[in-house]
Amino acid sequence: MSDDLVDLYQDIILDHNRRPRNSRKIHTATHQSEGINPLCGDEVTIYLDLLDERITDISFQGQGCAISQASASLMTEMLKGLDLDETRQHSKILHDLLNSEEDAQDALLKYGNLAALSGVRKFPARVKCATLAWHALEAALRGKDSISTEEEL
Amino acid sequence: MNFDVETVRRDFPILSTLVRGKQLCYLDNAASTQKPQVVIDRLRDFYSTENANINRGIHHLGELATDAYHGARRTVADFINAFSEKEVIFTAGTTESINLVASSWGRTHLKKGDEILLTGMEHHANIVPWQIVAEQTGALIKVIPVNESSEIDTEAFDSLIGERTRVLAICQVSNSLGTLNPIKSIIAKAKAAGVTTLVDGAQGAPHLLADVQELGCDFYVFSGHKIYGPTGIGVLWGRAELLDSMPPYKGGGDMIQRVTFEKTTYKGIPQRFEAGTPNIGGAAGLASAITYVQQFDPEELRAHETDVLEYALAMLGDMQGLTSYTRASKRAGAVSFTLDGIHPHDIATILDREGVAIRAGNHCTQPLMQSMGVNATARASFAMYNTKDEVDQLVNAIKKAYDLFS
Repeated sequence: MSDDLVDLYQDIILDHNRRPRNSRKIHTATHQSEGINPLCGDEVTIYLDLLDERITDISFQGQGCAISQASASLMTEMLKGLDLDETRQHSKILHDLLNSEEDAQDALLKYGNLAALSGVRKFPARVKCATLAWHALEAALRGKDSISTEEEL
Repeated sequence: MNFDVETVRRDFPILSTLVRGKQLCYLDNAASTQKPQVVIDRLRDFYSTENANINRGIHHLGELATDAYHGARRTVADFINAFSEKEVIFTAGTTESINLVASSWGRTHLKKGDEILLTGMEHHANIVPWQIVAEQTGALIKVIPVNESSEIDTEAFDSLIGERTRVLAICQVSNSLGTLNPIKSIIAKAKAAGVTTLVDGAQGAPHLLADVQELGCDFYVFSGHKIYGPTGIGVLWGRAELLDSMPPYKGGGDMIQRVTFEKTTYKGIPQRFEAGTPNIGGAAGLASAITYVQQFDPEELRAHETDVLEYALAMLGDMQGLTSYTRASKRAGAVSFTLDGIHPHDIATILDREGVAIRAGNHCTQPLMQSMGVNATARASFAMYNTKDEVDQLVNAIKKAYDLFS
């Protein structure tokens, strides 16, 4: 098996794909948005409960590849309880992670579980899978109820 | 010429490519096929020695280019057994061909309440142009469902075709499922009901199934790049009397008889539908691709393709946790499948690392995917140069995907 593949499908990713965290609908969500990638059919809907600029609850539902589903699962796990500034910081971290050349080991120390997505860097066609949930999150925070990977935020 | 796959493979330079150290196993032919050396050479030669605009040929190169373009039309007409070469219109591809018919024929022949009959396995290119014209004319879209065996429901077809049905647009071979539709009998029924018929041959022509007189349809469309030719060139064939009755689709140079600011008169077919400078080099390249495939005995070529496809279906059918959606009794070109616990995109990524190129996703057939209750499948699609060894490479790569995800 190639090293690239082992980096891409790290145990954390496979685990979150198999047992997604916070995979449910929040019926009383204050914000929600559906992210779709029309090129491949991946869908992720993000539900948020926002109180005084703080995420009190966050969840997702969707279907798609291991990367898109694990990314959504990891995101909900990281962001619960954070305020909007911290949320934006995490969004930037993910962006940096997918664009920088840092090696996975360094990233792991710096970014925690999010670093599990660093293997996506070597698979340019799959970056959209990793960012889908984050796009949907941003759209939800802006009050947009859906977002496509084929449009600009 | 006898069909020998090893000889054929040597004609396609890209097939010897190594992908990250692994032998390329190209199984994405329903999306686009590779090109034999003769096609690559033809494009180079055209641009090296014959290139100019056509139909203005006072000069030497203009004559050569015009000859190449008109010669290509004759080659296509012969390939699809057209009644005459003026029935062959060059387009950018299948999508433009269908848009041309939907727009030009549709807007002049469809009225409010008329029905456009499609099937549940159509590519978006054979859905959306009809939706656009339906919206403009008030016509309605009706859909023949696809059954559990990946075949169109012929009983439903019998009940859907009615007094208001004006046009039936159907794929010859499904790009998603590999189903080979019973085009001849369907067209015969439609014809008996006075319905105009369009066959999307994008996946049929590459398997040398493009005899329009045999099929009996009114329009037949296909793309050059799926039949070993260049991208950006395709064909619309239509019966002369129908094309004659249709207004231009695009306006511009080359399609007019006389232009004044008060009134313009148009040329006859095919020029009326070929406004502007066409894809001359592409047409020459397509003609060389067709000449290339025509050198083989079509029965032998299809027998080889069937042999490889059936082997793939058997090998994949034996794999645990694999669901195949290629279930029709008559099929060609493709096998669509899913694996338990591994999403098709992940399969495609892992296979790519083994040199195996497949497609994953909805294959531009979202309504079909919805009706099958999946949002994506993996699809391996075959061309005349694929081999059973490559099927083995595919199967081994799928086993690695299982290993990684288990």
